[in-house]
Amino acid sequence: MLSKVFVTGIGTVTGIGINVSETFSSLTSQQTGISSAIYLDTIHRDAIPVCEVKASNEKLCELASISTKIRLTRTSLIGIIAAKEALESSGITNISAKKTGLISATTVGGMDKTEKYFGDYNSNKRFNEFICSHDSGSSTEIIADHLGIKEFISTISTACSASANAIIFGTQLIKHGILDRVLVGGTDALTKFTLNGFNALLILTKTECKPFDQNRTGLVLGEGAGYLVLESEKSVQEENKRIICEVKGYGNACDAYHQTATSPNGYGPYLSMQNALEMGGLKPDGIQYINAHGTGTTNNDLSEGKAIEQIFTEKVPYISSTKAYTGHLLGAAGSVEAVYCCLAIRERTIFPNLNFEEPMKELSFTPTDKVVKNINIENVMSNSFGFGGNNSSIIFSRC
Amino acid sequence: MEAFIKGIGIVSPQNTTEGIKFLSEVVEYNSGYMSCVEPVYSNYISPVISRKLSRILKLSIVASKVCLSNSSIETPDAIITGTGLGCIQNTEDVLNSILENNESFIVPTSFIHSTHNTISSQIAIYLKCHGQNLTFSHRTFSFESAVLYGMIYLADKYGENVLVGGVDEMTPTLFDIGSKLIFKSISKSNLNMLNEKNKGAYAGEGMAFFTLSSNYSEGDYAKIKVVETIYNPDSVNSLKLKIEKAINSAGLSIGDIDAVMLGITGNSESNRYYQELINSLLKNKILLYYKHLCGEYFTSSSFALWCCANILKRQFIPSILRLNKNENNSITNILIYNQFNNKNHSIMLLGKC
Amino acid sequence: MKIMEQLIIELKEKIIKNLNLKDLTIEDIDTEAPLFVEGLGLDSIDALDLIVILEKDYGIKIESIDEGKNILNSVKSMAEKIMSHNSEN
Repeated sequence: MLSKVFVTGIGTVTGIGINVSETFSSLTSQQTGISSAIYLDTIHRDAIPVCEVKASNEKLCELASISTKIRLTRTSLIGIIAAKEALESSGITNISAKKTGLISATTVGGMDKTEKYFGDYNSNKRFNEFICSHDSGSSTEIIADHLGIKEFISTISTACSASANAIIFGTQLIKHGILDRVLVGGTDALTKFTLNGFNALLILTKTECKPFDQNRTGLVLGEGAGYLVLESEKSVQEENKRIICEVKGYGNACDAYHQTATSPNGYGPYLSMQNALEMGGLKPDGIQYINAHGTGTTNNDLSEGKAIEQIFTEKVPYISSTKAYTGHLLGAAGSVEAVYCCLAIRERTIFPNLNFEEPMKELSFTPTDKVVKNINIENVMSNSFGFGGNNSSIIFSRC
Repeated sequence: MEAFIKGIGIVSPQNTTEGIKFLSEVVEYNSGYMSCVEPVYSNYISPVISRKLSRILKLSIVASKVCLSNSSIETPDAIITGTGLGCIQNTEDVLNSILENNESFIVPTSFIHSTHNTISSQIAIYLKCHGQNLTFSHRTFSFESAVLYGMIYLADKYGENVLVGGVDEMTPTLFDIGSKLIFKSISKSNLNMLNEKNKGAYAGEGMAFFTLSSNYSEGDYAKIKVVETIYNPDSVNSLKLKIEKAINSAGLSIGDIDAVMLGITGNSESNRYYQELINSLLKNKILLYYKHLCGEYFTSSSFALWCCANILKRQFIPSILRLNKNENNSITNILIYNQFNNKNHSIMLLGKC
Repeated sequence: MKIMEQLIIELKEKIIKNLNLKDLTIEDIDTEAPLFVEGLGLDSIDALDLIVILEKDYGIKIESIDEGKNILNSVKSMAEKIMSHNSEN
């Protein structure tokens, strides 16, 4: 009999808050974190809006209680802060008391340092330390070492669905008794690499991020981290732990259509949502809220919207994308938005889809554009759809 | 949880892609780094598609196609890949563009193909596979994580078969940068790797794909019984205990292991752990090694898996793999052990079908 | 100032080189035929790559796919845009 899996801790750092409390405050006061770049040294500073964590690397070191002499990547620093908060909120004080793992996700890894020093490796040995911080596994090991996690660690890198897939993998490890509890999530810093790369694809908006709006013009890139602590039924019962919610079901499917665009009818997203519902033993009308991928690009919002209509044929539940708050967090998007889903259940609140003005002609539904309070959410679905047609959906349920 | 290896497709610095020969001829390198023996791409991929693909993508598609053909499967139910550094050439191209052109003129194709999961996705697009698709990227845990995920996938009965791959490419720039840390250039034969006194591993690359299934059928290569990653053990003793525990979990003891495939490199410092294990836990076993044939790269254990799967199926050990002269009447269980940086230790336990 | 014919040959060479159409020669590319869907059958990512070439080599900045559609319709339309951009500047 496979174990149920519960969320017992959450932590997050993004442009709208350096912890869960600040984040919730921003979400409910409809305060976006999107602005011009302050910390990233880019020629696009005045032209392209972004959503940075409102702290320099020095400040992040302070928040993480790490000496600035240790030159960690921004991705690692943001990750450590969020991961620590998740562990603390779960009440875990002795990491080795149980089989505890870490599954992290990232897209850029240590690229924030690589892109600075790549040209200097041959001329200056000082920067060689950043060779080792480049790869995806580096930030995971730095977080693991900082928190004392050893039992099982790995890193997933599937672009925008990466941290959702980390949650899925972590859930499986607990179900099969490989771990008692696992810290899952992802972290990504804003980099010139991704900013210029996405700009070359002409999918960054120069104005506003307007998910599911007829006049949307593209996405805004952000940076941040989100982590959740997942525990087995046995682990929770042993300590009489307070549960935030249950990981009820999940689905991962491949659109297999195009490297960057989703198929017009959203087949991959349809499959991932369908699989999540089936696994959770739920019908579409059992979902009260969808936290959509909703990037604000012409392509995603249409494909995702079409897929949602195909599944929720009778009535589309409350739906919003929170990317107009935080920007698109790439590898961290799935887990940060999973944290928001947990908050939605715990605080009985649905967060709005900011900047919504005009419904999309092709869709029959419109997103929620106001904060909805005092609402019982039994089941919430979180969507994360990545480059390469990597589509993931996770359902979190109230306990 | 166990899985049967139904088919394998591998592109490597040896002649491993086409034909059924199992290391009967060996490619020798005397300079630079070990580079894959390139196939004739047009035999596998149409020019219309291959024109847009970087080298790592083309080689991965070739390896996966050979694997599926070897398994008599057209489309797998899921595709899970491990890659330590992903599409590094594309990453370099974008970085160079940012540096040289002050954040201008980034070539979109290079950026799009620089994400780590491009390999898995392009294979899925090519095969029209809508099943689960994951990419693990964690140093020398990358391939092992992919194998574990594949085994869990099969145990959960999401599908009947899963394509699992280990992929990493070497580029001149990566070799140059890596030479500051762990690589050394081959100046004498790779086949004399262990006799070289200098520190440093020989750099290499490879793309290996395996079709795994929970159902046995005649002709399968081998059974994967255990895959485990061990992170930062407190001591060699702690490592030994974990390895033994992993073997026990398959209902076996260390005495049941006939042969051990070791990720020994030309770097004597990193060989310390291997030496400790050889002197204790692995005493009297048939000892084998593989990195003199494929080089060091994050997913090199996939090359080791190809070797061991073939040994179990053919009941034959090519002399080029041998580290010692120990013999056995038959080979029933093989343990693969690899480690990186004295921190990332991984094992795979294979059994004869 | 390049004359039209020279520019068209140059564009075809760049298309072959940058889009890795190794098996094609400049004679194989019809100057007036559509580049996308039909004709050469290029796709949306090829369009983005061509947009970079237009900016890098000819100073023409295209901000959106829609803006790019007309200019990139054929080799002829690309050449015409370059010529008119040159005469404006």
